[in-house]
Amino acid sequence: MVDVALQSSQAAVRTARKQSSLRNLLNRKSTIAFLMALPLILLIATLVIYPAFYAIHLATLNKSMARFVGLGNFEFLFKRETFWLVVKQSCIFAITAVVFKALIGFIVAHFVHNIPAKGQRKWRGMLLVPWVIPPAMSTLAWLWLFDPSYSAFNYTLGLFGAGPIPWTGDANWARFSVILVNIWVGAPFFMIMYLAALKSVPDQLYEAAAIDGANWWQRIWYVTLPMMRNIIAITTLFSLIVTFANFDIVRILTAGGPLDHTHIFATWAFRVGIEGSDIPLGASVSLFMVPILAVAAIFILRDISKRGNEA
Amino acid sequence: MTTVTLDKAAPTRKVKYGSMSRDRTWALRWSYLFLVIFAIFSLTPPVYMLITSLKSSAEISAATNPWWVFHPTIDNYLGLLTSNQFLRFFWNSAMVSVFVVTITMLISVPAAFALARMRFWGSTVLATGVFLTYLIPETLLFIPLFKMFAVIGDFTGIQLINKWYVLLILYPTLTVPFCTWIMIGYFASIPKELDEAAIIDGASWFQTLTRIFIPVALPGLIAATIFAFTVSWAQFLYPLVFTTSTDQLVMPVGIITTLIKGDVFNWGQIMTGALLGAAPPLIIYAFLMDYYIAGLTAGATKG
Repeated sequence: MVDVALQSSQAAVRTARKQSSLRNLLNRKSTIAFLMALPLILLIATLVIYPAFYAIHLATLNKSMARFVGLGNFEFLFKRETFWLVVKQSCIFAITAVVFKALIGFIVAHFVHNIPAKGQRKWRGMLLVPWVIPPAMSTLAWLWLFDPSYSAFNYTLGLFGAGPIPWTGDANWARFSVILVNIWVGAPFFMIMYLAALKSVPDQLYEAAAIDGANWWQRIWYVTLPMMRNIIAITTLFSLIVTFANFDIVRILTAGGPLDHTHIFATWAFRVGIEGSDIPLGASVSLFMVPILAVAAIFILRDISKRGNEA
Repeated sequence: MTTVTLDKAAPTRKVKYGSMSRDRTWALRWSYLFLVIFAIFSLTPPVYMLITSLKSSAEISAATNPWWVFHPTIDNYLGLLTSNQFLRFFWNSAMVSVFVVTITMLISVPAAFALARMRFWGSTVLATGVFLTYLIPETLLFIPLFKMFAVIGDFTGIQLINKWYVLLILYPTLTVPFCTWIMIGYFASIPKELDEAAIIDGASWFQTLTRIFIPVALPGLIAATIFAFTVSWAQFLYPLVFTTSTDQLVMPVGIITTLIKGDVFNWGQIMTGALLGAAPPLIIYAFLMDYYIAGLTAGATKG
């Protein structure tokens, strides 16, 4: 009796299992995991990867987007002087800004690290404010500080007898202003990252260096820098990408002027693609940001796989 | 013997400590000096915003000292806070940010849990892909996305361009990858024993997530929320491209396109608007600075 009942129940389970193989699949761990990640996958696929390839497709069309012109847009760009100006300015802008951001961040992080731990929070709080304010808003404040006739910088310079400076009116001064604002916005990020890295360097290393008679410069060069190499590399890479693709600051401060002398890829793509409603040409311009992204991606992937091997 | 040598060593040590502490004092003074200089550099624009926002137009155009307010007035604040248009911008911004934060959390927390704890086919590739997505800037995507939404509007009749809710579709592309990435980091640091115990006790995966992972990783969740809010509040390019009617604009674009009329800059109002636009992130930062910084550093160090 018992045996029979058991057998029949087993058979029932087996048929039930066959019927609900779909339910089984749904109960498997990997399926649940996949379903949990599905919204993320869909989002990335439809709103990041697809548009990225769509940009390549758009770049091969003519202005009315009716005809395939192959590399025609790129040929057109290569012949334009403004394009080469934009390439040059983007590189100057990104490299100068990142170098100064990294340097200032490093120096300030050291000073914050130097003072007693009790006061560090307060200083860190103040120095991070530029990073917290939305860049569009703070750039407006800079625009007003740079105002040629009524405003603060030229008034202050006037007190010292220095002539008024055309902060956003002259090509070179405008480039300087744009880079200055970018440094102001971005340096706190480096400061915070370096400060976190400095705190992770064990004190014994400095003590050992001090006993060996190392001066402050040798301590930085032989202890701090090697210990922070990873974080410096990754932060610089991040910032290089963000700075290279910057839009807000240039758009609000100079809108690319005077005479296109501060345009960078993003602002010029906006000018050509949206304001000039030549979407294919705008897409072609923005695609020139891809090489630097690709280089950065290779470095980061290498870094990730290297860490994987270490672990 | 030992006591003698110790005694001998003591005075020399004392002298050495003395010189080191003198060095230290000087290093400290220099540190403070430079920190004051950098703090002035950091705080000049926000302070100048505040100064200008308290001035009347007449005082701004008068050739007085721009660093000082002689006749403080709150007319600029009253003017903006009673203007329906400005309140509309604020409301739009608030609505977009709250929705985007919710959407971001609903997408990225389960995804991060799946990627950190449950292996499935392609999960490692996906984790790396999420990180790389974070590196694709919005300035590369805005033109194809604009065209895509225009095409969708033509084919289906669903008008997305020039509506504030288009931003709910666009902003998650900026917030989700980073939030997923930091949540993966936080989830991965939770000891495996914790969720194994929960599974043995009969908890489902969903219960493990809601009862164990979310409470334990709450600091990470707060950091990710702050990040998502800050990004959606500050975003400038997408609203500039995708919305144009004044009733659909969010704060940053609204202030720049409506308060600047041609060549006439009403700086008192512009600075007031900018300050009010900067206020929500600043207030959050003032109260939750540690979470803010934790999120900032976690994102990059765990790369």
